[in-house]
Amino acid sequence: MKLNSGIRALALAAAALAVQATYAQQIVKIDGSSTVFPITEAVAEEFQKAKKQKIKVTVGISGTGGGFKKFCRGETDISGASRPILKKEMDDCRAAGIEYFELPVAFDALTVVIHPKNSFIKQLTVAEMKKMWEPGAQGKVTKWNQVNPQWPDAPMKLFGPGADSGTFDYFTEAVVGKSKSSRGDFTASEDDNVLVQGVARDVNSLGYFGFAYYVENQDKLKAVPIVNEKGRPVLPSLDAVIAGSYSPLARPIFIYVNGKSLGKPEVKEFVQYYLTHGAALSKEVKYVPLPDSAYTTAWNHVLKGRKGTVFGGTPEVGITIDELLRRETKS
Amino acid sequence: MSYARDLTAIRALIASHKRWDHVFALCGLAALMVGVLTFTALFADMAIDGIPRLNWEFLTNFPSRRPAQAGILSAWVGTCLVMLVTAFFAVPLGVATGIYLEEYAPKNWVTDIIEINITNLAGVPSIVYGLLALGLFVYQFGFGQSILSAGLTLALLILPVVIVATRESIRAIPQGIREGAYALGGTQWQVCRDHIIPYSSAGILTGVIIGMARAIGETAPVITIGALTFIAFLPPAPVSAEAPFISFDWVMSPFTVMPIQMFNWTSRPEAAFLQNAAAAGFILVLMTLAMNGLAIYLRYRIRRNIKW
Repeated sequence: MKLNSGIRALALAAAALAVQATYAQQIVKIDGSSTVFPITEAVAEEFQKAKKQKIKVTVGISGTGGGFKKFCRGETDISGASRPILKKEMDDCRAAGIEYFELPVAFDALTVVIHPKNSFIKQLTVAEMKKMWEPGAQGKVTKWNQVNPQWPDAPMKLFGPGADSGTFDYFTEAVVGKSKSSRGDFTASEDDNVLVQGVARDVNSLGYFGFAYYVENQDKLKAVPIVNEKGRPVLPSLDAVIAGSYSPLARPIFIYVNGKSLGKPEVKEFVQYYLTHGAALSKEVKYVPLPDSAYTTAWNHVLKGRKGTVFGGTPEVGITIDELLRRETKS
Repeated sequence: MSYARDLTAIRALIASHKRWDHVFALCGLAALMVGVLTFTALFADMAIDGIPRLNWEFLTNFPSRRPAQAGILSAWVGTCLVMLVTAFFAVPLGVATGIYLEEYAPKNWVTDIIEINITNLAGVPSIVYGLLALGLFVYQFGFGQSILSAGLTLALLILPVVIVATRESIRAIPQGIREGAYALGGTQWQVCRDHIIPYSSAGILTGVIIGMARAIGETAPVITIGALTFIAFLPPAPVSAEAPFISFDWVMSPFTVMPIQMFNWTSRPEAAFLQNAAAAGFILVLMTLAMNGLAIYLRYRIRRNIKW
């Protein structure tokens, strides 16, 4: 049976390839992070309306890592990323001869949430979160009073995104100090609504995900103020991210654009549209827009052909908007 | 006296047998209800959430970031086209395989092994088909993330179902019919063409529809081969005003399908998208029901023409 289908498919291959050759349409192919998806989707929706559907845009969700895999094989024009490109991915792209533009499009505030009836957690320090989430805690730190002796002797239930997620990469880097290094015995889901439900059902639970999911579920969840480097506890909010005080869990999110694809007028138009309308649209979908100058700088980089990353392939945390701007303008 | 006692004993025996009859009938009813009530509850829940959201725009709008404007146009068109490709490949291949195995193939250990394999294939998790298709159709044959790739994948997935159904319905044809036809000098192909295929077509159709009903709700293999989440356009139209009038460009087009659209909506932060997902689910069930209805109607039509 498999054999049959193989032969059939082979016979079809010739015909289909002929079809493919004549199939030239203006399509902008985008894939990547689910965190960047809401912004990209909004931009794609408005862009296609503005262009009267003449240019087609497809957006997939493969996660930051999965998106880069496709991007560095040249399958997509643009890849959404909730963290900067990593060394390994840079190497893959280089091996395939793919050059790229790194364009920051917004900031997200990773939000740590607890049950609204939880009264003992008033704030969290990075050290406390590290005690909860580091790999060594697996199977050992299972009660709240093991993290902080003032907290009750109650079971600790943890919820977080799965290992393919850029959010997971960033959180582990920021909290544990090493990307992807986390205890394994927590409830992981790629679907943030599952995490929302999980935390909303259990008084003794704690979870983390992107700010947008918290905003939509404020009636079911409580955000925890995070103690920043200056020792001040700060709640996640638009203003706190802009001021740079919500640290280290505020993170920039990016789109990466294939250099060759930019030669295609439809991709260039889309990127320009993204950078022109990105601020308003990211605010609409509950992300923190960058200052206008950031988008202008990014577009100038595109025009001048300044490719590559400003992060050097190593994970970094706690970058503020100002710091990002400083790096972007330095060239 | 003894006659009356016998009678009482017999009556008691009959009563006890009847009791068991009732007990089994109740058990059977309970078993049936588990399935029916579960489905009804699920369907009702979905209908209550989804029906208020249903309107013409929901069917004719593209997906959107605003839940109230979002629709399922690209999703249902995608699903229909993928199903078309699936049926186009699965039906001829499955039916031909079934007829060959039943009528032509010599009965030996090779056919036995093939038989076992086909039955086993029906139990392979669908994601495995997705992975196979990703390597073979998407990359090896270069079909990309297209309607063609998805249709072929789902065709592979339902092939065992179609083959098994074909064979079962061929077996139900009385041997006398074959023998009669051969006695009149018919060749094997004539017997198949004039008797076996027409008489078994009702059963084959049922198998095909069961297979299609499974394929229409499949999400995992379609996600694996890379169906996209946000598509706000339709594939190129199959017919056009200019020569050559018919085009097959649509088979290579990127696409999305109903289950993926639903899956995406259920993972959104806004609660209003959950309503959209329920409404889309409701439409998907209706599509499956429509397919089943068509099958029942066709089966009725075909059966009427069979005169054994």
